[in-house]
Order: sequence, then C-alpha cells, then structure tokens
Amino acid sequence: MNGIPLAREHAVCLCHTCGYVCPAEATVCPRCEAAIHARKPNSIARTWAFLLAGLIFYIPANLLPVMYTTMFGSSSQNTIMSGVIEFFESGSWDIALLIFIASVAVPCLKFAVLGTLLVTVQRRSRWAMRERARLYRFIELIGYWSMLDVLVVALVAALVQFRELSTIEPRIGILFFGLVVVMTMFAAMSFDPRLIWDAEVEDV
Amino acid sequence: MSDKALPPSPSRPLVKRRGARVSLVWLVPIIAGLIGLSMAVHDWMNVGPKITLSFRTAEGLEANKTQVKYKNVVIGTVTAISLSDDRTHVLATVELNNTATPFTRKDSHYWVVRPRIGAHGITGIDTLLSGAFIAADAGSAEETTDHFAGLETPPPVSFGEKGKRFILHTDDLGSLDIGSPIYYRRIQVGQVVSYQLAKEGKGVDVEIFISAPNDQYITTDTRFWNASGVDVSIGAAGLKIDTQSLTSIISGGIAFREPNYSPESKPAEANAEFTVFNDQATAMAPPDGDARYIRMRFEQSLRGLVVGSPVDFLGVNIGKVVSVDLDYDLKTQTFPGLVGAVIYPKRLGAANDKLEKIGGSGDPDEISARILGGFVDHGLRAQIRNGNLLTGQLYIAMDFDPKAPKVAFNPKLRPLEIPTVPGSFDKLQEQLQAFVDKLSKLPIDQVANNLNNNLVELQKTMKQVNGDVLPQMRGTLQQVQKTLATANESLGEDSPQRQQLSQAMDEVQRTARSVRVLTDYLGRHPEALIRGRTGDAAPGSYKATPSSREIDLEPEQ
Repeated sequence: MNGIPLAREHAVCLCHTCGYVCPAEATVCPRCEAAIHARKPNSIARTWAFLLAGLIFYIPANLLPVMYTTMFGSSSQNTIMSGVIEFFESGSWDIALLIFIASVAVPCLKFAVLGTLLVTVQRRSRWAMRERARLYRFIELIGYWSMLDVLVVALVAALVQFRELSTIEPRIGILFFGLVVVMTMFAAMSFDPRLIWDAEVEDV
Repeated sequence: MSDKALPPSPSRPLVKRRGARVSLVWLVPIIAGLIGLSMAVHDWMNVGPKITLSFRTAEGLEANKTQVKYKNVVIGTVTAISLSDDRTHVLATVELNNTATPFTRKDSHYWVVRPRIGAHGITGIDTLLSGAFIAADAGSAEETTDHFAGLETPPPVSFGEKGKRFILHTDDLGSLDIGSPIYYRRIQVGQVVSYQLAKEGKGVDVEIFISAPNDQYITTDTRFWNASGVDVSIGAAGLKIDTQSLTSIISGGIAFREPNYSPESKPAEANAEFTVFNDQATAMAPPDGDARYIRMRFEQSLRGLVVGSPVDFLGVNIGKVVSVDLDYDLKTQTFPGLVGAVIYPKRLGAANDKLEKIGGSGDPDEISARILGGFVDHGLRAQIRNGNLLTGQLYIAMDFDPKAPKVAFNPKLRPLEIPTVPGSFDKLQEQLQAFVDKLSKLPIDQVANNLNNNLVELQKTMKQVNGDVLPQMRGTLQQVQKTLATANESLGEDSPQRQQLSQAMDEVQRTARSVRVLTDYLGRHPEALIRGRTGDAAPGSYKATPSSREIDLEPEQ
C-alpha cells in the first residue's frame, strides 16, 4: 500500500462511463446519468454463470461438425479438431497451428484464466495479484480474436459456392463455437478486476 | 434483552442476502445445458444399428467419409475399416441411422458402387469424382444380423421388384453373365441374376429374373434359347443373319418364346426349371424324345465328317454324328472308319407312330433292332454323301438301295450297326481312279523313245538337204533367172521378133479378109464354083454392107 486512500474510505465511487467521482450512495452518475456501482454488481456469480455456459457450449462446438465441404461430389464434414488434424497431415502445419491456437488454445486459455481468477477472488487470495490483473487484461485483449474461426467459416461458406464443383456450408458446430466465444466475452466483461485487489482490504 | 439490543453485524446480513438471492444470470448456463442435453439426446436417438460389412478390398472406402446409401439417400456412414483376423477380408464398420433398421435384415445386400464399364453400359460414373460409396438394399427376412458379406458386384435385381425367378439349365455359360438380358419377341423383359455350376459339374444353372407383368408369358411350354452372337444361315432364300440386339451380340443373352401351338400351357410357377437350347430352330422344334445310338463302319476316308454332322433318312434329318473313330481290321489290314450317331425316332413324326405299332412291345432297344432289321433286309444302307462341294462337308444319308448286296444284320449287337455302301462321291472317285490307272498303263516311255529316234533321223535328213541339195538348187535358180532375162529381151517392144510377129499377124488378117470376100462371093454366086467368075460379078465390084470395124480399116488399105 502506498498510502493513497481508497475510494471507499472517502465514501465515493467512480462512474464507469465518464470517470466522474460520485458519492457512494448515489445509484446514477450525476453527470452522465449512467448506473454506478462500487463494484460490478453480482460480478462473480455472473462470471461463473457465463463461464459455465461457455464450457457447456464448448462440448458440442468440438463434437459437432463446423463445416460441410463438397468437392467434386465427395462430401465431408469437419469438426474443429478433425480440420486441424487434416491440415496438419496434409503438410500445412502452419495453418493447422493457426486454427489450433484460435479455436482450441484461446478458448481453453480463457476458461482456465477466468476460472483461476474467480477461484482466487472468492478465496480472497493475495497470491500474484499483479500477474492476475495482467492475465485479465490479456484475456480481454484476445477475446476479440476468438471469433476468427467463426469469421473464417462464414467467409468461406459465402465465397465457395460453385454448385456441383464445390460448396462449403456451415454446420451447427460453428454456432456453438460462436456462442462459446460470446459467453467467454460476457464472462470476461462481467468480471470486475478490482475484486482481485479487494483481498487487500480486510472487511470487504 | 442484551441479545435483542445487540445490533447485527452490518455486512453479514448483506452478504447472506446477496448469496441467497439466485441471480437470473444462472439461466444462461441452464439453457446452455438444456441445449447441450437436447443435442446429446437427439444424437443418441439418431444412432441406429451398428453393422459390419466384409468386402474383398477396401478400395475406395474411407473411414468417416464413405457413406452408405439407399436410392441415393444417406442411411449411414463407415466409421472404421479393419482387416479380418485371417486377413482375407476387409471389415467395414457402419453406423446406420436409426431409420435404417430394415437394413439389418439378414438378406439385405451391401455392395460398393464404383465406376464399372461393361457391355451393358457404364455405371457409377458419378463415383469417379465423389469416390466410392456403399449401396444397400433392404431384405425382407424377419431375422436381423449385424454382420453382412458385401457383394462384389451390384445385384441386378433389387428387392421388392415384382416378377418371377426361373432356373435355366444349359451346357455351358457361353457369353452369359450376370445382368445379361432376357428377350421376349426382341423386347428385354428380364435378366440373368446368378449362375452356378450344376450339381456334379454337369452343366450350368442360370437363374433369371423376369419382371412383372412380362413373367406371365413364361408358360410351362416356353422354350428358351441362347440369343448370343449372330446366327448366319445360308438357305434357298439367300443369306440370312439373325440376331437379337447389339448388346446381345457382345454380352450374350437368352430369348424365349412359346411354341405357336401349345394348347396345354399355363403360366409357369416361380423357380420353374427350363432348358436352354442352342438356337431358336432347335428350341422351337418338337421335342426329340429318346435318342437311339447306332454305329456305322465305312471303308473310306471320313475327311469332312465331323461330330454334329447330320444324319438323313430319306431326306429327313433324324439325328447327328456323335463320334468319328478309326478301327483296325486285322484281316484286311485296313483302317475302317467307325461313325457313331444318335437318331431320334420321334423326328419321323407319323411314321414313327406306325412303326412303333409294328415293332411290338418290349425293350425300346429291341423294338428299334426289330424295325431296323426289317429295313436292312429291304436294303437300308448308310452312305456318306457330300453336303457341300465347296466346304467338303459330309453327311450320312440312309436310303433304301434295292440293289445292295445282302448283309447279315445282328439285332443283338449294341449299339446297332447299320450296313454301309460307298458314297456317290466315292464312286466317282473310283471311276476317276480307274481312268487314271489306265492312263498310267500307257507305254509312254516307248512312244517317247520312238519319237526321239524319228526326230534324230529327221535331223540327219535336214542336214543332208542343207549341205547338198541347197547349193544345187541355187545354180538351177540362177539358170532360170538367165532364161527369163532372155525371154524378156525377146519380148521387148523394139525386138525384131516382135516386129516380125506383128507383120505375121497383119498377113493373117489380110488372108482372113480375102477368105471372107471369097465366101461372100460364093454365097451370092454359088455357080461360080462350076462356071468360074463372071465379068459383072467380079469380086472387086462387090460392095457389102460394111461393119463398123471395116469402115475404119478400109481406108488404110
């Protein structure tokens, strides 16, 4: 602690939207009329809920096919992992790696990081608080890029429509994958990183 | 009191309240869970039976890619491909949809659809690009199984197709194959479904399928014949080429038809058995009935007589040659030809019926022996005749030859032996031979010698003529030439002889005129012969009527 008083000690809180310092008992920002909270309301429960929903959606997203390819009459359905394996076996390991990072590594990382953050916050752990805060920022950053897979499928399905020669259609799996991304983003958004530091204050 | 007065901790109830109130946000994972659960249930409901197919090769099959289709509707997917324990087969594990349970019936068929090129056309061309798939055909049996032996070729007839199956017996398969067409009046009404060797390997059993409603045309009296290839025949009407269709030329086929007169025929039952004849003529001919085996011994070359050559009786084809062998006669040290033949007495038609009455009762062979014995006594003889001078094809003709020498007929001999006479062509050959023999007996050497001597003499004479006679002849000719030249000279225009001759001729002319004047005078004065000439009647005063020549000649005088 560097001696700077906490907002709570002065009974004020910060408006999330315009950064105005409001009185702690106020519910609406006097300046921009946005709802104000000392912390994000019900943050841990919401994050858990979205995280669990994301985890549940992640199962069908991986098991169900995401793409249906017809090329010269031979049709095949690919799940995310089978696509990765196929690319890897056909020699383009770079593309395989890209897809693997975007579709498998990143969501898994998000689940792990958010789960860790939630557990540590609930246990009011003081362990590596700075690093955890950094992890949270990292999660928020990569959150936008998790949609890469969905975008690729949408783009390819829209472009490759040559009737008999070859067509690519999206399959239900990609919807679940998109939901996973959305859920993890919601989870990341509803998590309040200031909760990490609340462990320093005894009575909260 | 003190308990009542004790104010509750400010934060604790707050925390409890917050914890107790269930946030609506938990609906999100619940809904997610429900969706996931419903998907799982749906998938689980959709999982159909799992079956194993064994194929000879996994060519074109791929795990998780190859689909199982029925009428081009996907009913399952190959999930794994492995080798059988004894490594002779490939086992493909197939997960069928739950709607595809009828395809687990025991008599269901599975086969791999690949591009096939055959005489019947090209099939499965779409699989060239899409890769092979497994086609299925549901059976009708009650029992189900999870292991099927995959067919290597597509079944020609799918289940549920209406029609009847029949069994055909044939000596060999010929060019028939599964899928070969069956024709009725040149319309394809069915196809060959399967074939296999008959029991003990004698012949082939061909199973055919005639689709409804054409199966009603198969009657108990229907005749089948092999319609493969082209039937070329040369008859009195000229060259005749008969074929069913272009496909049948290449891939073979079977045609059937009922005889024009078959009063007792009724539609055949399914799986009825029939015989396939070689061609339409034999198929449509009335049944041959039992065959009788006969044997003939010919003392002549049998070149041109082959197995299958016809046996004629008074011009009616009653059988065919079945064997042509050589025998050896110890006595004469010759090789007579032994010809075995079968004859079908029923082909004699009405004659046979009457003959059977004459033959009496007993063993059929005995009856035949009795009848034939009578015929042989009356001069029945077999003879090899030339059926075709161009090809030298021979046939056996049985005719009555009253002049034939008597032969003993042994009715106990089996097979019956028919006495023979030399063939007509044979006779001609003999006469030719005799002629050639006579020719060869001529003393040609002697004649030639004499002729040679004569020629030598002639040569000598000619030499003499050349040496002696010709020079003399030349001298003579020169003399002749000289004589002729002399003659020529004496006859020339200006030669004295010629002038003398012309003077002599003038003299003769004058003399002739004098004589004429005299005769004229005498004609007028015949008395002058006696009295002499009178003065007034002098010849000089006579003026006769002049002729034209005389007018010219007179003035010159």
